[in-house]
Amino acid sequence: MSKPQRKEMNSYWRVGEPMVWLTGAALSLTLLSAIVLVVVIMINGLGVFWPSPVQQLELTDGSRIFGQQVKTEETADKSGLRRQYKIANRDLYGLDFRWIDEDRIVKESTPDDILILERIEHGDFYGRLKNIDTGRIQQVAATTENLQEELLRVRNELEGLSELEEKLSDASYRMEQMRLELLKLDYRNVAENDPRRQKLLAEQQALNEDFGRLIKLQTNRVVDVRKAKAVFADGAGREKEIVLADIFQVYQPNQMTILDKSIFYFHKLVELFVGEPRESNTEGGLFPAIFGTVMLIFVMSLFSFPLGVVAAVYLREYAREGILVRIVRIAVNNLAGIPSIVYGIFGLGFFIYGIGHSIDMLFFPERSPTPTFGTGGLLWASLTLALLTVPVVIVSTEEALGAIPREMREGSYALGATKFQTLYRVLLPMASPGIMTGLILAMARAAGEVAPLMITGVVKLAPALPIDGNFPFLHLDRKFMHLGFHIYDIGFQSPNVEAAKPMVFVTTLLLVLIVLIMSSVAIRLRNKMKKRYTFGTF
Amino acid sequence: MSTIAIDNPIIEVEDLHFYYGDSRAIHGVDLKFPEKKVTALIGPSGCGKSTLLRCFNRMNDLIDISRVEGKVILAGENIYDKNTDIIELRRKVGMVFQKSNPFPKSIYENVIYGLRIAGENDKRVLDERVETSLKGAALWDEVKDRLQDSALGLSGGQMQRLCIARAIAVNPSVILMDEPCSALDPKSTARVEELISELRKDFTIIIVTHNMQQAARVSDFTAFLFEGDLIEFGVTKQLFVKPGKQQTEDYITGRFG
Repeated sequence: MSKPQRKEMNSYWRVGEPMVWLTGAALSLTLLSAIVLVVVIMINGLGVFWPSPVQQLELTDGSRIFGQQVKTEETADKSGLRRQYKIANRDLYGLDFRWIDEDRIVKESTPDDILILERIEHGDFYGRLKNIDTGRIQQVAATTENLQEELLRVRNELEGLSELEEKLSDASYRMEQMRLELLKLDYRNVAENDPRRQKLLAEQQALNEDFGRLIKLQTNRVVDVRKAKAVFADGAGREKEIVLADIFQVYQPNQMTILDKSIFYFHKLVELFVGEPRESNTEGGLFPAIFGTVMLIFVMSLFSFPLGVVAAVYLREYAREGILVRIVRIAVNNLAGIPSIVYGIFGLGFFIYGIGHSIDMLFFPERSPTPTFGTGGLLWASLTLALLTVPVVIVSTEEALGAIPREMREGSYALGATKFQTLYRVLLPMASPGIMTGLILAMARAAGEVAPLMITGVVKLAPALPIDGNFPFLHLDRKFMHLGFHIYDIGFQSPNVEAAKPMVFVTTLLLVLIVLIMSSVAIRLRNKMKKRYTFGTF
Repeated sequence: MSTIAIDNPIIEVEDLHFYYGDSRAIHGVDLKFPEKKVTALIGPSGCGKSTLLRCFNRMNDLIDISRVEGKVILAGENIYDKNTDIIELRRKVGMVFQKSNPFPKSIYENVIYGLRIAGENDKRVLDERVETSLKGAALWDEVKDRLQDSALGLSGGQMQRLCIARAIAVNPSVILMDEPCSALDPKSTARVEELISELRKDFTIIIVTHNMQQAARVSDFTAFLFEGDLIEFGVTKQLFVKPGKQQTEDYITGRFG
């Protein structure tokens, strides 16, 4: 190497050019992985509800199948391509998906008259309409329009039934309360002929009669509604009779225009947000899970935010700096690094078996051994998560308080303010952006946790939401659903993993979306505070 | 030591010692501050002038390892007495800091901060006090139309005058100023100096400054400290023209410090 060249190289290293490149590369790599993550979830999640055409395939062995193409790949022996089709009709074939080698396909077409039935049970059905039985004297011809009309009628009747069902669940809730009241009297050894007991028994009697009447009414009407049926034929011509009440909706993807499909897609999205799950959660909406997730984060923040802020204030402002405070600080920092499942176990042992059980013993002894608070529930899961996130809030609050220049405190003290006045009039407002950052981090962490929830109250399917119209309206003892657990459950615990896959991605997308929305709201709030409470540079 | 007699001292310092842990920052200072005059504390860095100033409103209490011996008598009472109400003391002895430190609140709320924390909530009283204080700090004309704007939007000089307004709003008898102009440009400095001359009519002012010209311009009396000792105290005009001690002369003529 000649001399001037070496000099150039030396200065190249001295200026640190490679280091700059390295830092840039590291940043782009991080960004890239984040983007890829979002894109992969979006690609897999967004396409799920788009109605793709149903093909009619004729195979070399003469069989005919209806199916929606899912993907294409090379066969194992590299001799050609094979395609995966969703063939649905689980009750007829036993499986929803099938691989077909391309060279076995003789003919493929997309006939207009193929219907997709979304059913309450057994997943979708692909087939042609053969016959309609309205279940009444007046019969109709087997056309798609008539089918839709009949379906609408059945749906409306079911809608009417849901009112009845609401009354039923209300009545059963009241009966349960009554039963518990009676249990309480039993527990207190109230005499058989006590007027209170007599009154309760009479009420129970009336309720029971009411309930029986409602049940009978419901059964009769259900039987009535279920009389309407239709016969469909699959690709091979095999016929299947399906009760119209079991059909959620019917559509013909091969006839749909882009606009139709968009409307359909939009309706599916709405259903996703507000609907109840069907088919062991692999279809239908996610409303209870969304509700549970948001509620969990909310209740968690309610506990962890004040606790963390107050603890940090003590640590930074009141505790005398010394060996003890240093140990506490180290402990708090390490608390943030403990695996979340450990918190779950702690929640189970301390909150559920410890506190929950004690509450049951104290306030609901008559119900034992059935637990009320001594079992997993929203309250215990929130508290467990609060414990898990409180170190984050403490650390960021402490840092925010520590970053406030000394002149601010002195300025306040110099005007005759006490420590407390200084704290809540000057220091806390100034620290609020930093505290918000802590809360954002805490919420994001809480939203992503699944492991501790699984042992503190999350369930696959919750019978009721934690908030409803029955007194006391907020039921923190109830079990709840959660998007994170939902993903795990349908993705890995479902009997039909292939069919559940689209829903896994949709749920993931939703979870990311919820965290994103909650964080951006908090970030907006923080920026507002920042503008208000911090100096511009001068 | 000071030889001149002060007839009406508002603050009397008697044999004051101050320690940071083991190191002594002030060694036995005796000093009397005349009422409604401006007294400047000068001296090289680390001579203890800021520490001395902070003894007058017990701001040094905030430092855990500090210790005070001796007396500081304000209006007949030793402020280092056990029974002294520090809150009450700090209402009587206001302070303006080196770096302006308005709170992240509106201009209005900044001025009445001292009143608010004392529990004053009468809107009329507060309004009136804001106006008189801001006028007193020569800031009223500049901010009267934007009292509800954030104080953080003011310029450096305005902020410092706001801090002065905030200090005089609680009507103290003494105002301590710890190098109030050191972070300001010459124009803002001139305005604050002008303001100090105005304020001396109503308040006793004790000002720490590094700037000898400033001490000469604004103060009536000057105390020169060196390494924790009071070297000389006297009428400013005399002290600067004809210092009594060699050390004083060396310092004000710029031979050291």
